[in-house]
Amino acid sequence: MAAKKAATKPKAKKAAKDAGPEMVDIFIMGKKYDVPKGLTIQKALEYAGMTLLRGCGCRGGFCGACGTVYRTAGDYKLKVALACQTVVEDGMYLTQIPFYPANKAIYDINKLEPVLEDVVQCYPEFMRCVQCGTCTKVCPQDIDVMQYMATAMRGDITRTADISFDCIMCGLCASRCPAETVQYYVGILNRRLYGKYIAPPAKHVAERIKEIKASKFDREIDDFMKMDQKELQKIYEARDIEPEDLAAETATAASGEKND
Amino acid sequence: MALEPGADPYSKSMRETIKTVEATRSRRMTEEFTRITADQKADLLKKYHPDHKAGEMVEIKVGVSKGEKTPKEVEAVIQAYSRLEPKSFDLSDIDFDVDVLVIGGGGAGSSAALMAHEQGAKVLLTTKLRLGDANTMMAQGGIQAADKPNDPPSRHYLDVIGGGGYYNIPELVRALVLDAPDVIGWLQDLGTMFDKTADGTYVTIHGGGTSRRRMHAARDYSGAEIMRTLRDEVLNRGIEVVEFTSAIELLKDDKGKCAGAVLFNMETEEHFVCRAKTTVIATGGAGRLHVQGFPTTNHYGATADGLVLAYRAGAPFIFMDAIQYHPTGAAYPEQILGLLVTEKVRGMGAQLVNFDGDQFIYPLETRDVVSSGIIRECRERKKGIATNTGMVGVWLDSPMIDLKHGPGTVKKALPAMVRQYERCDIDMTRDPILIYPTQHYQNGGVIINDRAEAGIGNLFIGGEAAGGIHGRNRLMGNSLLDILVFGRRAGLNAAALSKKTKIGKLTLKHTEDYHKELEAAGISREKISPMLLPDYRTPDTKERQKGQVPLGGAV
Repeated sequence: MAAKKAATKPKAKKAAKDAGPEMVDIFIMGKKYDVPKGLTIQKALEYAGMTLLRGCGCRGGFCGACGTVYRTAGDYKLKVALACQTVVEDGMYLTQIPFYPANKAIYDINKLEPVLEDVVQCYPEFMRCVQCGTCTKVCPQDIDVMQYMATAMRGDITRTADISFDCIMCGLCASRCPAETVQYYVGILNRRLYGKYIAPPAKHVAERIKEIKASKFDREIDDFMKMDQKELQKIYEARDIEPEDLAAETATAASGEKND
Repeated sequence: MALEPGADPYSKSMRETIKTVEATRSRRMTEEFTRITADQKADLLKKYHPDHKAGEMVEIKVGVSKGEKTPKEVEAVIQAYSRLEPKSFDLSDIDFDVDVLVIGGGGAGSSAALMAHEQGAKVLLTTKLRLGDANTMMAQGGIQAADKPNDPPSRHYLDVIGGGGYYNIPELVRALVLDAPDVIGWLQDLGTMFDKTADGTYVTIHGGGTSRRRMHAARDYSGAEIMRTLRDEVLNRGIEVVEFTSAIELLKDDKGKCAGAVLFNMETEEHFVCRAKTTVIATGGAGRLHVQGFPTTNHYGATADGLVLAYRAGAPFIFMDAIQYHPTGAAYPEQILGLLVTEKVRGMGAQLVNFDGDQFIYPLETRDVVSSGIIRECRERKKGIATNTGMVGVWLDSPMIDLKHGPGTVKKALPAMVRQYERCDIDMTRDPILIYPTQHYQNGGVIINDRAEAGIGNLFIGGEAAGGIHGRNRLMGNSLLDILVFGRRAGLNAAALSKKTKIGKLTLKHTEDYHKELEAAGISREKISPMLLPDYRTPDTKERQKGQVPLGGAV
């Protein structure tokens, strides 16, 4: 990312008052740019003339590439946001943290067991968590990170998986952690252990895989493959539609425990 | 966002129409809108689907799919010159020498890399953003697989091919539906956390065009759950990953088969030659080309790069004139314009409602039909709702979900959606949300066979870049499935073939030949692709950047 524009022209602001959108001042890594009100931080960076390579991924709040730390003029408090999901404010001082050099353990998921010891073995430092809550404050997803660190330290993999589920792995939690723990990696390890070892395996899937291996459905599909459109269409149009099952739709993953 | 406490996130006129929606809600709770007939569907698509808008589709003038149609925006990147000068580019210095080169770091690329690596192949995965910055990460609704007793894979086959307008390549649909349960088993084994009941049964719901409830979901982070797990696994296995590095041209050898690619480090702007016995293209779709100016649900890098590379190397297209518009993109507020509102919202019972508070289409028709219905409602019938920025959309009556399934359902089942709207001060559990179709998916792509081969030798394609699987219209939940089915097949087959492959002398002659064709067709030399990233600079910025020389001078 390179600022290619030398300076914001003062006349831009005046012109904007006449016809264009209302403008606000933002400070991109300390340097002032004026940008239209209502833009997301990400679009404001582009408006300011930058071509994004780092710090921009899905542009929809899912990938965690655009974690941003900011402060507004007159306030000492640091805040966080995803640049793609947050609208600029006047007097916003911001910097992006597109990458954080956190330690990711390398492990073979097939050789681990869903127990605290194995999580500790991967991330010994995570037991240093002092439960200060800085991670929770900094999470742009509003996850109670401190809470899942607490459940993780207790070895409650199910709860840790559940509470950490919405994590987009932006790394902002780790960036502020005084104990240098890597919450988001602890989170995914717990989720994988839960998904692989604690959630009961689906019998219906194993059964179906067996049936497919035994070529149970080959003939019917082969028949469909040979049909012309007319024949297929007739069968398609006449197929019955399974009714909605309202109860099943509301059931959810994890243990059914409630976290909040 | 900084709204005053108690301030209405909707404008006065929008609030008025919300009142109408609320007034008709209790009546609509028990009202099922009739599905339309096949003839009505055909008529609706012909009149209102953006693919049929006059003047938007153009004929491709060069290459192996000459004469086929594609949107103007796609044609522009297809009919363009290489970023390299093929005659003079030095291929003698090999920077990477691997068995399998995987281009793309989304779900298809990662699963291909995992499979190839498992076969003992030396794998290099190159991606122009970070590993996992891909549409896979953004897929919310779920993944289809026929794995319940009442749902044989043949039934899935029927839904896929009917939804695709009977254009699908049968062998690809067969592979898709028969691999699906194994893909679910694989994801389970990797430790993904999908929604299950207490006994381990997957919770499955309907999607548009499904006749059985076969959508498996991980709340509404289904793709993210798959992607972050695959990424974790790629890293755990020690597979070599090169980020912020795009492939800008395929290489061939003197036998005319694919032999790797020229890679471009987008940070340092250096070129690297990667020789590979087999190559997998898993570069995804084209949303960021913004066909007809539509907003898109796609990630930042969806610029059709793989299509450009494969086509120049001689791999033909199929259905490149069939773009999928997701019926429910956010139409308000401005900062989330075009972002996906997952089909799961409709799957769980939210209806589409017009200005008068009435339904106008069954909400779970296939995507092309629902999109066309919304466009008709807004353009012809003028029953859309206008925003303060001139955007028009219809209401998606999301509060119906909690009314149907009990309070708290939306929050628990659709956390990403709730969060997206909360950031804009909108509570979608209480207020409906405004939506309009958004460019979502490329139904076609480079033709593959059921081994994921692209037909030019040593080249495999997985994921959205491949075409033929979904015919002219993909159903919800079949994309997460497709990337894994054909990503895995591409990886497995590429690894197996690499063991038997000897690469000859590297060449860019195919690029030279393509250039000659472009020149003969009178295409301007100024047109260069792949695009790599969309250009969101303002005209002002471009004007001020004119004539700039690189820092350090131009000596």
